[in-house]
Amino acid sequence: MNRNMMKRNVPLDKNEPHPKGGLSALARFCKPYFPAIAVALVCAVGGTIFTIIGPDKLSELTDVISAGLMGGIDMAAVTRIAATLAVMYGLSFLLSVLQGQLMTGVTQKASRQLREAISRKVNRLPIDYYNKTTFGDILSRVTNDVDLIGQTIQSSIITFVSAVVTLVGCLVMMFVTNWVMTLSAIAATLLGFLLITLITSRSQKYFVARQQELGEINGHIEEAYSGHTVLRVYNAERQFSETFESLNEKLYNASWKSQFLSGLMMPVMNFVGNLGYVTVCVVGALLALNGSITFGVIVAFMVYVRLFTSPLSQIAQALTSLQSASAAAGRVFEFLEAEEMEDESGKTKTLLNPTGQVTFSHVKFGYTPGRPIIKDFNLDVKPGQKVAIVGPTGAGKTTLVNLLMRFYELNGGSISMDGVNLHDITRENVHDLFGMVLQDTWLFEGTIRENLCYGKAGITDGQLDRACKAVGLLHFIRALPHGYDTVLDASVSLSEGQKQLLTIARAMIEDAPMLILDEATSSVDTRTEILIQKAMDELTRGRTSFVIAHRLSTIKNADIILVLRDGDVVESGSHEELLEKGGFYAELYNAQFSDAA
Amino acid sequence: MFKLFRYLGKREWAMAGCALLFILGQVWLDLRLPEYMSEITVLVQTEGSAMGDILHAGGLMLLCALGSMVLAIATGFLTAVVSASLTRNLQSALYHKVLSFGSEEMGRFSTASLITRTTNDVTQVQMVLSMGLQMLVKAPVTAVLAILKIQEKGSPQWTLLTAAAVILLLVVLGLQMVYVLPKFKKVQKLTDNLNRIMRENLTGLRVVRAYNAENYQEGKFTGANDALTDNNLKAGRATSLMGPFMSLVMNGVSLGIYWIGAYIIEAAGMGDKLTIFSNMVVFSSYAMQVIMSFLMLSIIFVLYPRAQVSAQRIREVLDTAPTMQNGTETRGDGTEGEVVFDHVSFRYPGGDGYVLEDISFTAHKGETVAFIGATGSGKSSLVNLIPRLYDVSEGSVRVDGVDVRDYDREALRNKLGYVSQKAVLFAGDIRGNITLGENGKGPEDNETVDKALSIAQASEFVDNLLDGVNAPVAQGGANFSGGQKQRLSIARAVARKPEIYIFDDSFSALDYKTDRVLRERLKTETAGVTTLIVAQRIGTIMDADRIVVLDDGKAVGIGRHKELLKTCPVYQEIAASQLSKEELER
Repeated sequence: MNRNMMKRNVPLDKNEPHPKGGLSALARFCKPYFPAIAVALVCAVGGTIFTIIGPDKLSELTDVISAGLMGGIDMAAVTRIAATLAVMYGLSFLLSVLQGQLMTGVTQKASRQLREAISRKVNRLPIDYYNKTTFGDILSRVTNDVDLIGQTIQSSIITFVSAVVTLVGCLVMMFVTNWVMTLSAIAATLLGFLLITLITSRSQKYFVARQQELGEINGHIEEAYSGHTVLRVYNAERQFSETFESLNEKLYNASWKSQFLSGLMMPVMNFVGNLGYVTVCVVGALLALNGSITFGVIVAFMVYVRLFTSPLSQIAQALTSLQSASAAAGRVFEFLEAEEMEDESGKTKTLLNPTGQVTFSHVKFGYTPGRPIIKDFNLDVKPGQKVAIVGPTGAGKTTLVNLLMRFYELNGGSISMDGVNLHDITRENVHDLFGMVLQDTWLFEGTIRENLCYGKAGITDGQLDRACKAVGLLHFIRALPHGYDTVLDASVSLSEGQKQLLTIARAMIEDAPMLILDEATSSVDTRTEILIQKAMDELTRGRTSFVIAHRLSTIKNADIILVLRDGDVVESGSHEELLEKGGFYAELYNAQFSDAA
Repeated sequence: MFKLFRYLGKREWAMAGCALLFILGQVWLDLRLPEYMSEITVLVQTEGSAMGDILHAGGLMLLCALGSMVLAIATGFLTAVVSASLTRNLQSALYHKVLSFGSEEMGRFSTASLITRTTNDVTQVQMVLSMGLQMLVKAPVTAVLAILKIQEKGSPQWTLLTAAAVILLLVVLGLQMVYVLPKFKKVQKLTDNLNRIMRENLTGLRVVRAYNAENYQEGKFTGANDALTDNNLKAGRATSLMGPFMSLVMNGVSLGIYWIGAYIIEAAGMGDKLTIFSNMVVFSSYAMQVIMSFLMLSIIFVLYPRAQVSAQRIREVLDTAPTMQNGTETRGDGTEGEVVFDHVSFRYPGGDGYVLEDISFTAHKGETVAFIGATGSGKSSLVNLIPRLYDVSEGSVRVDGVDVRDYDREALRNKLGYVSQKAVLFAGDIRGNITLGENGKGPEDNETVDKALSIAQASEFVDNLLDGVNAPVAQGGANFSGGQKQRLSIARAVARKPEIYIFDDSFSALDYKTDRVLRERLKTETAGVTTLIVAQRIGTIMDADRIVVLDDGKAVGIGRHKELLKTCPVYQEIAASQLSKEELER
C-alpha cells in the first residue's frame, strides 16, 4: 500500500564489498596459519604425486597382464607392482588424513578468530556506525559469511593446489612423451577453460547479489519480528508481506541464477574431459598410422588426459566456492576494516579521583556535518553539584550526555574535568568516572548477579543486598528460586519498572565518582519513584551528577537546572529562581498541573 | 525434511519430474561412455584398425558426452530453480506464519529464535537441497544401473570384492554418523547462543561502553565461540577422515580387481583370457561408478543431519496454529467508540497468578478513561486485551457492543489507534512510518500525515530534517531520540483516524509541556474519539472522565480525580508523591 517503507534509503552498506580485496584480506588474516597450511599442502602435493604415478603403475600392471595373455603372466611382476601400489595407496591415505586434520583445525580456528575479531570490532566502532547499518546485517556476517569462508578454506585451497600440481605434473609427463599429442590435448581443454572463464565472470555478480539480498531480507525479517505487535495492530501485515515478497523474489532470482551458473561448471568440464579423450585417441591413431608413435604412447595418453582434465574441473569447482567466499570475505572485511574510534593507546594521562569539577567550554556538535545541534555550550559545574538538564524533546539533552561520555567526539570546544581535557584521557578512563542509567533498560540473558556486577569483580553479597534494598528489589529477588543466581531469560518476566530498578542498582554497585541519569525513572511508577529518588539522593550525595528528566518533580532539588532549547541554554538556576523568573521553565513546570481542557 | 516438499508448487513438481527424467537419461548416457571407451581402446590397441572405425566410435562417444552435458545443464537449471523456489516458498510461509502469530506464540518461540528459524535454518535447508537434490537421485540410479552392468561382466570374486568394499563403506559411514550426528545437532544451538550474545552487545552498545564492559561482553562471546569451535572441530575432524577413506577403498578395489584378475586370467583357458581381460577393464570402471555413487550418498548423509535439524525447527513453526481464532463481525452493533470491560479476568497462558481480576468499566464515545497504578499492577495487560494481543481468561471485552473475539481482526483493529509502551519505528522514511498499515479507509494522504505530525507535536523536528517527512528512519528508529520516536508513533495512531485511541504509557518520554499540548490538540482536533490512557503521571490523567486505579490486578478505585483523592488511598498515595500540597488542593 505504501511503497515508502520498501526502499531503505538509509545508506546501508551499499558500498561495493570489494570482491577482489576480500580474498587478499582473508589471506592476510590467515597468515598465522600459513605453517599449518604449508604442511597440509606438502601432504596434498605428496598425495597428488602418488595420484599421478598410481595410474601409471596400474597401466603397467595391465601391460604385464595383457602381455601374458598369449603366454603365461609374469606373476612375480604382478605381485611386485601390486605391492608397490598398495604401499602407495596406504601412504597417500595417511597423507590425506593428516592434511584433512590440519585443514579442519585451520578452518575452525580461523573461523573462530574471524568471529572473535567481529565481536571485538563491534565495541571499537563509533556509535555513529550503527545508525547506518542493521543488526541483522552484522549478525549475518558473524554467522552466514564466516561459515561460507570456513567451508572454502576447508575445501578449496587444498583442492586448488593439488589440482594445480596434478595439472603441472601431467603436463610435464605429457610433453616428455609426445608434444604433438600434448598440444592437441591442450587445445581441447583450452576450450573448456574459455567456457569456464565466461561462466565465472558472470556468476560472480550473482554471488555478490545473493549475499547482499540475503543481508537485506534478514534485516527486514528481524525488523518485522521485533515490531510484531505494532505491525499487527496497524493491519500492516499486507504491506510488510508485499515488501517481504519483493525482497524474497529478488533473493530467489539471484539465488537460482548463481546456483545454476555455478552448476554449469561440472557438466561442461566433464564434456571437455571426454572431448580430450576422443581427441587424443583420434590424433594418436593418426600418428600411429604414420608410424611416428607406438601404441603404448596412446594408452599412456589416455590416462594422462583423464588426469589432466579432472584437475581442471576441480579448479573450476574451487573457483566457484572461492567466488562466494570472496563475496563473503568482502563483507566481513568491509566490516572489520571500517574506521574505528581513535586509537588511544598513546594516551598516558589518567584521571583517577576527580573532585567532580566539570567545565564545558564552547562545545559545538552535530550528528551530521553542517547540521549543528549544539552550537556554543558553556557551563561550569562545581564539585558535588547536581545538574539537571530539562527542555523539550530534541533540545539536545541526550546529546550532551553522549558528549560527556565521549560516545561522540566534539566538533569544537572542549569538556574538561579538574582542568583535564576529556579528550586527553582514554575513553575507558572517562567511562570509569561515570555511573550511568539510561532510559532504555538493557539487561542480558544471564544471572541477576551477572547483570548487577556487570563486569566488575569482587562484589560481595552484602554490597548487592544494599543496592537492591535501596531500590526496593531485595524482597523480589529473595523470593526468586535462586536469588541472585536466577537466570534472567524469557521464563522470568520482569516489568519495565523492575528492569529499570535493576539498572539503577547496577549503577549503584558500580560506585563511580560521577553519575549520569538519563530519564532513569521514566518507566517507573511513582510509588517506586519515591523509593528510587531517596536512593538516588543517597547516591548523588557528594558526587557530581547530571540528571535528565521530564518529571520535573525529580529534579526540584538540583543545584543547577539547565533549560535547553535547540541546543542552547536558555535559562539556568535553581528551581525557585527559575519559577520566580516566570520564563520557559516556569511554563514547563506549570504545564503539568494545568487542565488539558 | 521431505515433509517440507509440500511447499513446492505444481510448476516446481513438474520441473522436478523433468529433472528426474533428465538425470535418468544422463546416467544412462554416462554409463554408455565406458563401453565406447573400451571399444576405442580395443581399436587403438589392435594393430591395423581402420581410421574410420575409430572416428565412428569417437563420434558416437562425443555425441553421448554432449547429450550428457546438455541433460546435466538442463538438470542443473531445473534443480537450481526448484531449490530456490522451495527456499522462497518456505521463507515466505514462515514469514506469513509468524505474522499470523499472536503475542502468545511470539513469546513462546522468542523473537530471536524465530528470526534464526526464518533466516539461518532456511539457508541451511537450501544448501543441502541445492547440493543434494541431484545427487540424491543420481546416486541410487547410477548404483543400480552400474550393478546391473557388473552382473553381466563379473566374476564372483570381483563382485564379492566390490560388495565387501560397499559394506565396509556403509559400516564406517554408520559409525561416523553415530559420532557426528549429535555434534551436528548441537551446531544450531551453539550458533543461536553466539547470535544471542552478539545481539545483546549490539542492542546494549551504550551500556556496554559506559560500564567499560567490552571485555566482559567479549569474554562471553569468546566462551560461546569456543564452544562452537570445539564442537565443529570434533565433527569436522571426524568428517574429514571420510574422503581419504573413500579413495583408499576405491583404489583398493581397482587394485584388487586387477590383482585377482591376474590370477583368474592365469588360471583360465586360452580362449577365455582375452574376454576376461576386457571384462576386467570394464568391470573396474563400473565398480568405480558403484562406489562413487555411494560416495555421493555419503555426502548427502553428512549434509542431511544439519538440514534435518533445521527442517525440524522450521516445521515446529509452520505446524504451530495460532491459538487465536478470527471472528467474522466487521461492523459492531452501530454504537461507535464504545469500550466495555465486563468482569474481565486475565492470566498469561501458562502463568499461575491472575494479572487482572474482575475488572468492569465502560468508556463511551469521546470519553477519556485513564489507568494508573504501580509497576506490575496490570495496566498494560489490560489495554492489550482490546486489540486482542491476548484474550481474556474470563469475562468479556466489548468494542462497539460486540465481543472483540467475534470481530474480524482487521475490522477490530481498524477502529483502534494503539501506541505501545516502547515506540517502534521501522526502517524506511517518516511518511512510511506514519502511514503504516491499513485502516480500511484507503491510503492516508499528505494532508493527513502533516496534520497527524502537527497534533503529535512532531512537525517542528520533522520540518527541521533535511528531507522533512521523507527523511530516512534507521532500523528501530535508531536515528531519533526517545521522545521523537514516541511522538512519531503517536502521529501514526492519529493518522489512522481511529474510533478509539489506546496509549500504553506513550507519553513517558515527553516533557510535561509537550505532553499537555499534545493531549489538548488531541482533544480539540480529534474530538469524539474515545481515549484510553495508561500513565504514570497524575498530570497526564487528572482531567480524564474516569480514572481506573489498579493495584495488583484489581480495580481499587474508579472515578474522577477529585473523587479519588477523597476516596481511594492508593490514588492518594500516588498523587501525594507527585504533587505538592498546594497543587493537590488546587
